[in-house]
Formats: sequence, structure tokens, C-alpha cells
Amino acid sequence: MPTVSVKRDLLFQALGKKYKNVEIKRADEEFDELCFEFGLELDEITSEKDIISREQGDVRAAGASDVVLYKIDVPANRYDLLCLEGLVRGLQVFKQKIEAPYYRRVGATDGKPQRFIITQETAVLRPHAVAAVLRNITFTQERYDSFIELQEKLHQNICRKRSLVAIGTHDLDTISGPFTYTAKAPDDICFKPLNQKEESTATELMRLYKNDSHLRHYLHIIEDEPHYPIIYDSNGVVLSMPPIINGDHSKISLKTKNVFIECTATDLTKAKIVLDMMVTMFSEYCAKPFTVEEVEVVCPDGSTCLYPDLAYRKELISGDTINQKVGIKESAESLARLLTRMCLKAEVTGKADEIEVEIPPTRSDVIHACDIMEDAAMAYGFNNIARTKPKTYTIANQLPLNKLSELLRLELAAAGFTEALTFALCSQEDIADKLGKKISDSRAVHISNPKTAEFQVARTTLLPGLLKTLAANRKLPLPLKLFEISDVVLKDDTTDVGARNNRRLCAVFYNKIPGFEVIHGLLDRVMQLLDVKPSRDQGYYIQAASDSIFFPGRCAEIISHGKSVGCLGVLHPDVINRFELTMPCSALDLDIEPFL
Amino acid sequence: MADAGLAESVLERLEKLDCGVDSQDVASVLSVDHQAIVGAVKSLQSLGELISAEQRSSKHWELTAEGKEIVEQGSHEARVFNAIPTEGLSQTDLMVESIEDTVQDKLVQVQKGLTGKLDEKEKNELKKRKLLSEVTVKSYWLTKGPSFSTTVTKQETDLTAEMIASGTWRDKKFKPYNFEALGVPPECGHLHPLMKVRTQFRQIFLEMGFTEMPTNNFIESSFWNFDSLFQPQQHPARDQHDTFFLSDPAVAKDFPMDYLERVKKVHSEGGYGSQGYKYDWKLEEAQKNLLRTHTTAVSARMLYKLAQQGKFTPVKYFSIDRVFRNETLDATHLAEFHQIEGVVADYGLTLGDLMGVLHQFFTKLGITKLRFKPAYNPYTEPSMEVFSYHEGLKKWVEVGNSGVFRPEMLLPMGIPEGVSVIAWGLSLERPTMIKYGINNIRELVGHKVNLQMVYDSPICRLDS
Repeated sequence: MPTVSVKRDLLFQALGKKYKNVEIKRADEEFDELCFEFGLELDEITSEKDIISREQGDVRAAGASDVVLYKIDVPANRYDLLCLEGLVRGLQVFKQKIEAPYYRRVGATDGKPQRFIITQETAVLRPHAVAAVLRNITFTQERYDSFIELQEKLHQNICRKRSLVAIGTHDLDTISGPFTYTAKAPDDICFKPLNQKEESTATELMRLYKNDSHLRHYLHIIEDEPHYPIIYDSNGVVLSMPPIINGDHSKISLKTKNVFIECTATDLTKAKIVLDMMVTMFSEYCAKPFTVEEVEVVCPDGSTCLYPDLAYRKELISGDTINQKVGIKESAESLARLLTRMCLKAEVTGKADEIEVEIPPTRSDVIHACDIMEDAAMAYGFNNIARTKPKTYTIANQLPLNKLSELLRLELAAAGFTEALTFALCSQEDIADKLGKKISDSRAVHISNPKTAEFQVARTTLLPGLLKTLAANRKLPLPLKLFEISDVVLKDDTTDVGARNNRRLCAVFYNKIPGFEVIHGLLDRVMQLLDVKPSRDQGYYIQAASDSIFFPGRCAEIISHGKSVGCLGVLHPDVINRFELTMPCSALDLDIEPFL
Repeated sequence: MADAGLAESVLERLEKLDCGVDSQDVASVLSVDHQAIVGAVKSLQSLGELISAEQRSSKHWELTAEGKEIVEQGSHEARVFNAIPTEGLSQTDLMVESIEDTVQDKLVQVQKGLTGKLDEKEKNELKKRKLLSEVTVKSYWLTKGPSFSTTVTKQETDLTAEMIASGTWRDKKFKPYNFEALGVPPECGHLHPLMKVRTQFRQIFLEMGFTEMPTNNFIESSFWNFDSLFQPQQHPARDQHDTFFLSDPAVAKDFPMDYLERVKKVHSEGGYGSQGYKYDWKLEEAQKNLLRTHTTAVSARMLYKLAQQGKFTPVKYFSIDRVFRNETLDATHLAEFHQIEGVVADYGLTLGDLMGVLHQFFTKLGITKLRFKPAYNPYTEPSMEVFSYHEGLKKWVEVGNSGVFRPEMLLPMGIPEGVSVIAWGLSLERPTMIKYGINNIRELVGHKVNLQMVYDSPICRLDS
């Protein structure tokens, strides 16, 4: 969930609220309530000073600003709330203080739009691009900061760390169209990047940015490509090398009047959304608010498109549908008013209870009638909806395997064994080397991206977990008697995913003596509980076996109704040592699925 | 009883007296060590109310080792004097011809127990010279008890089978029990607290008529874990940083292909009234095997299966099982945890119904004050975070997540159009940590837990 920080004073000013100092606590609470209702979360009230002091200590924080900041958690699909401008607009419309603005794409004053030409070379890399111009914009320091911050928020969220979409913003008065978006070999690209003094080749830049705490995270996107994407103006000035860095030449400043925004992308839908977000949020500060000048994008096949999209879509929905899904009884007119408060301008059409809803370009999250229905419910207030009991009549059933496990757990505790709860993931060493086995012989599933060795494989046996539990509890009085009934995971070609769980019962007895008879007695007790008699033909028996886990001659296989269902024995001293134990130990490992 | 004879001597001594006597005096009269008398008094006390003994403490002066030496051999000064030969020595102008060893005299008095003959100043001087020390002695003031007798009857520690058979228990006296001490803990096994809480949650769902889902499949395909839930392929949750993917077996097979095609279409083009996500949906992405990130993957399989059965019948499902996240670990997050999930599918379910079911469910957990916050989740719309008012913290805390499954998830499965599916989820660990007052999840789950915690944890009743 993205977090947006806004200055409290700026926010309250924009919301048209004034608070005296004595009332500020109440103001915080009121805003917190408003957030809750609107699906936001006022996560923290802090200041730059607080943040630095917490992260780097008081000394560093000494000079920092103590202006109060609100940190607000925004739902991951509401890109229109990622900056102060959008938040205020959304809340003001919600509180019916203002009407939602209408965003318009307009032609260039001279009738000739800026042109942005995509060449064929980009096709394999980052084939899509969209662009727009914010004409006659007035920046202040706060607006400028917010403009930069929004780009960053979009990059981190919908743009998936610039891999899907990368945004470049430029001072249009320093460059001249038409612009060309192409791709070139890194050594053939040479320009002065943002905030650098020297020109460098792309190859040199990639090296330079290896140590840049911010940019190094994006290098991998193009690093290994033979060609890098690059945008030039008609004079060969580099605008940007997406998705890494802009050129220094066209950088924007507080004085910039005309902003050229380009987005290059691997996903065109997202590029359009991102561009729409940038321009809808900041066209507010243009000489003609909420208008955006179009740019003609020329595709390699010669086709052209005008951007920004700024598409409004209309949906029809019946009031009854909304009422039924939410569980309320509102008139169509009332529902239309509720939706309008969510920036979804709605009107009744007059045909029965039909409502026409206009979805603005800022609400890319609304893709289905259910999204409209949710907004109506939010405006109505989730907590104003009557809580009802559904009439659904059903009979409950337990999963037989879980039912058996539950019954056995109680009986094992009654038999004097204590239940352990160990992890399903572990290291290869735990299930192989430490048990004297080869990992290649196991049926373990392997994890491709473990952050540490503890998560290399899913366990194939419960024993290592129990032995590690013993090791962590060596100080407790002996004997230690533990059990666990849980799942292990085994590769199995017969399932769609190629693996299946297997419910096992494992128990250990750890004492000064091996206690084979104790663990054997436990097996007999479990079999008695499962109503399986000791018998060669019709029940169970144990027979000598050998396994690297167990001491030679002290291991037996458990045969039930002719099938091997587990083993028991005295652990091999090597196994005991490898699990950092010092006493003899006997163990039982039983597959309980055959007893269902 | 260490020395019955001594105890009887004490009783005899006490019988001759009308009032009481100090145990020290008894010791000096009987010429035994005081500690032996103390032992005898204690054993007499354990026999019932033969005597009453009131503890007292008194101070007296005792000779130190050096003091005793002086009593035997004279003070250092005297010994020097005596050491001088009568023939004389150079310092012949000795002031005295004979001396009186007052130090020795005083110490002898103390040794005889006649400390009173010395004044405080004298005693303190000797104390400074480390010849005397003041000793506190604990003694008993002994008087006759209500059932005083001079004969000691041996008390029995406990009833025996032989006494019952012979009837001798009638004539025996029994030692009283010490009811202050704890009993012997029974030899028994113990259930793990997290599993005890799981049992309770299972019970609650069963009481509410929910059927348990088969969640014994930790390995899932991305298809069932994400795609079937209308979670787009570029979603951050599908990132390597959040999810454990498998290298072996790396991919899943045998998808229901017609359903898969419908899923692909709704993602890439839309349909069922949806705009879709409009991106290039890839089979390779859906095939990737992973450790399931939520049990909702199983709910998806169950709902698909339900849709295939022909005529739709309403269902209520639940599950409580492990899920896995490749997350950063801290005091409240582990790479694996248990998810509790409830699902209801029926015609015409409303958001109000979802809140009603949640109210019933949480009431069974002892939580009655609930409110709901709009939230975002890729596969539910509306989505609601469930908050409960925490009386201790005096604020609202999140206790779960809930929502109505999106049509883009249900309709491609073949669930009939009028059917709504409501669902909610929460973790098992969090309520358990609150219930058992555990702050670090590592103290609850995994091999590093202290088994003593398991031994000592009370039974779990969630509503009390």
C-alpha cells in the first residue's frame, strides 16, 4: 500500500479548514475519521525532523524541518490519490465542497501539435510511448515538489519500479520537436545527464550509476540489451534515456512554464493511465485549468494517436442492482448523488431506475459495475449499512484427514507426548546431509528464490524440526517426549503441480537411554487407536530395516496391511551430533493417510 | 525424629515449670548444644500442639579466637612482660615489677557468661581489638501446648494399606500436610497453544455450519494462486521479493483449458461486463509453481469445482492452514503463517450479509464492537478491512480482511450470475499472540520455542 506524505498545514489550507493550535488534536482526529470513511489510513503524524531523528539520530536531525507531516496510506489502485492535489480534490468532492473538474485535451494554439515519433528500433525493448504538454503552468516550490514526488510514487507503484512505464518531464522551451524515440548502442549514446557536469556515453553512465543508491535499482531493466532506448529532439538534444535518466538540458525548474511529459512503456494501457494521472493532477496549475495540450505520437507503422487519452467512459447500472448487492434501499436519484461524491458523475436516465455513470480518466480503478457499486457503498458509509444474517442453509463437514489428525493429536498428548510446531520450510542440509542422505535422492521440492538457507526446500520429513526443537530445549528436564502431526511435501508427477502434501505423525523420545521400547510402545498405542491389530496378514508388524538416520540394527520398518507406512528406531549418533544433541534418542515416523 | 530422647528431656524439663523457659536455658541445664535443642523443639512442633514455641532473639557476647587465646595464655602485654627474664634487660627501668592482666580477667568473665560485670565501654574496646564479638542468638520461648504430654508418640506420615487392613489407623497420629506447597505436576503431554487456538477456530466454523476445505497442498500454480483470482500478472505480489517460486518442479500442467482461456480473456481483453486489465497475458507466467501465498487459492479451486457440478447449491467453506511469503522477517512476521478463511456462496448475498456474518463470527471470539473500512484487494470488490475496538489500547485495531469476490473471478469459473461469494480472512498467529500474551512470533512458532511455554499454556476459550 503506497504511503503519501503531505504537510498538514498545506492540506488543511487546501481543504479550506482553519484550526487554532488548541484545536489541532481534534483536527487530527477528525481527519483520521474522514480517512477511515474514505478508505484511507492516517498512518502517522510526524515531521521530517522526527523521521531523520528516528532513522539517523538526533544530531543529524538538528537542522531539519519540524513542519507536521501526515503519512497517509492510499489503496494500491487509487493512483489519483497519490499527491496532495489529488487527495484534496477527492476529499473535497466527497464532502461536496466542490464538483469534480472536467479534464480536457486541447489542440495546440497554433493548431500544430508537438509530434513524438517512435522508431522501429524500440520494438524489442520498450515499444510504447505517450506524451502531453502542460501549457502555461505556474509552479511554486510546493507544487514543484509535489510534481516530482508524484512521478516517484507512480514509478514505484503502477510503473512497477519503472519496468512497465518510465516518466520523463522536460522544459518544452529548451527543446524543439518533433521528438524521436529510438534505440542505439550504448557507446553511440552521449549526453549530459540530469545534475551532472560532463557528457558521458551510456556505457559510462551505467557504470557511474552502479553506485547510485536510487538509480542502481533500474539499471537491470536495460543493462544487458544491445541497444538502449533514447529520446532526441529535432536538434539532436537528448531528452532522456528511459527508464534510467533524463538529460540535463531539458530539466524543469520552478520557472518552467511549459512542461513536456513523455512516458515510455512495455504496457501501453499503463502508460496511458500514468500520463493521464500526471496531467489531470497538475493541469490544475495551468493558465487554463484542467486543460492539457495534445501531442501526436507517430508509431513505426506510420499510424498516429493523440495523447493524453483523457477518456471518459459511460456505464449504465440499475439502482436495484446496487441496492441488492450492497443491502440498502436507496432511490436511483440518491444513489446517483452518492456516486457523484466519489468523482463518478452520475445521473438517472429516467428509464426505470437506470443510472448513467461517467467514469473519469482519474478513476482507472473502475473497470466493472462492481467497482461502481462499491463506491456507492463507500459514499453511503459501510458502517451505515444494516448488518444482516444470510439465509444460506448448509451442513458442516470436517475434512476427514483433519478430523483424524485432531483426534490423534489429543491421544498423543494423553500418551504423554508434547506437541511441537515446526516450519514447513527448511534447508537442504536439514533433510539431507544431517540425516546422512543425498538431496538428489530426496523427493523434495526446491525453492528458486530463497533469501536465506532456511527456505531452500519444503520438508520431506518432520524429524529435523523435532530434533531442532529438542536442541533448543536441552535445558529442560529429561526425558523430552515430542510429537507433531503435520504435512510434508513430496514431488509427485500425478498431480497438476507435480507435488503433493503428505500428512505425517512424527514422535521423538530423548533421554539418557535410547528408549526404543517407549517409541515402539507409542506405535502400538497409535495402532490400537487406529484399530489396527498386530498381525502379519490383517494388521501391522515391524521388521528390521536399515536407514542412515538410525543406528545399525536399531531400525525397523512399519508394515500395515502389507504396505510400508513408516519407520522407527534409535537415531544414529552422527545424526544426534549433527543436530547438536548429546543424548540417545529414538524416533517414530508414520504416514497417517493410509488410515483414513 | 532425630533424637527422641532429647525431645522427651525437653518435655520433662518443661513439665517441672509453671511458666515457660528459654531454649538456651534448657541447653545449658541439659548441657547440650543449643542447636540440638532447636532440632528437638522443631520435631516436637511437628507433632501437633504438645508445646508452643515462640521465636525470640537475644544478643550476647562471645570470645573471638584471639580472645580465647588470651584467656589461656594472657594478654599480649602480659606475655611480653612474662617473657622478660628476671635477670633484667637494658630497659631495666621497668615501671612495674608485676602486672595485673586485666584484659585476660575481663575475657575470662565473658567466657564465664558474666558479661554483665563489664560496662559497655569496656566491651566495645575489646570488640575493637577483635577479642570479643556480639552474637545474635535465635532461641525459642517454650511453654506447654494445649495437648501437652511428656511422652512422644511417633506420628505417621501417611495412611498405608496395612493400616487400613489392620485398623491401626484409628490409634495413629498423622503428620499434618503443608497445604502451602504446590503439588507434584502430573506426568502428561501438552498441546501447542497455536494448535489449541486453531482447534477453537475450527470449532467456531463448524458451529456456524461451514465445511472444511482440503488445504493440504502447499504447492500451487500461479494460475490458481493469482490468475484465477483476477490478480494481474504484473501485480507486485507476484514478484520474486514477495513469493517463493519453485525451481523443481518449476511448472504446473493439466489446466482446465477452456476455463484457462476464459481467465486469459478476462485479464487481457475484459468481458463479463469488465474492461479487463488489457495486457498481454502469458501462459508461462500462470504455469509457474509457487508456495501458496494464501489459502484463497484453494477457495478458487473449490468454487471452480462447485461451478462444474451442474446445478448450483449454496456453500459455506472454511480453512485454517499454512501460507508462505518471501517477506522480510520481524517480531510479528515469519515466512510462513496460518491463514484462517471463511467463504459463503449463495444467490443474492449482500455487503450487509458479509458484515452480519463477520459480526457473528467475531462475537464467537468475544469481539462485538466492529467497524469496517473500505480497502483494496485485487480479487474482491467491495473490500473491507475489519476493525475491532481494543479496550486496552483504547483504539480501533485491524482484525481481518474481507470482501465480495469480483465477477471477473467468478463468472469465468461458471458460477451463475446472481450468485455472490463473500469471504474473509485473518491470521491465526495474531489472535494467539494476543491470547497468550506473546510479543515475538518466534516464541510461539518454530523449533526455537521454549517447551516450558507449551507445558504452561492454559486451555483456549476464545470468548472468555
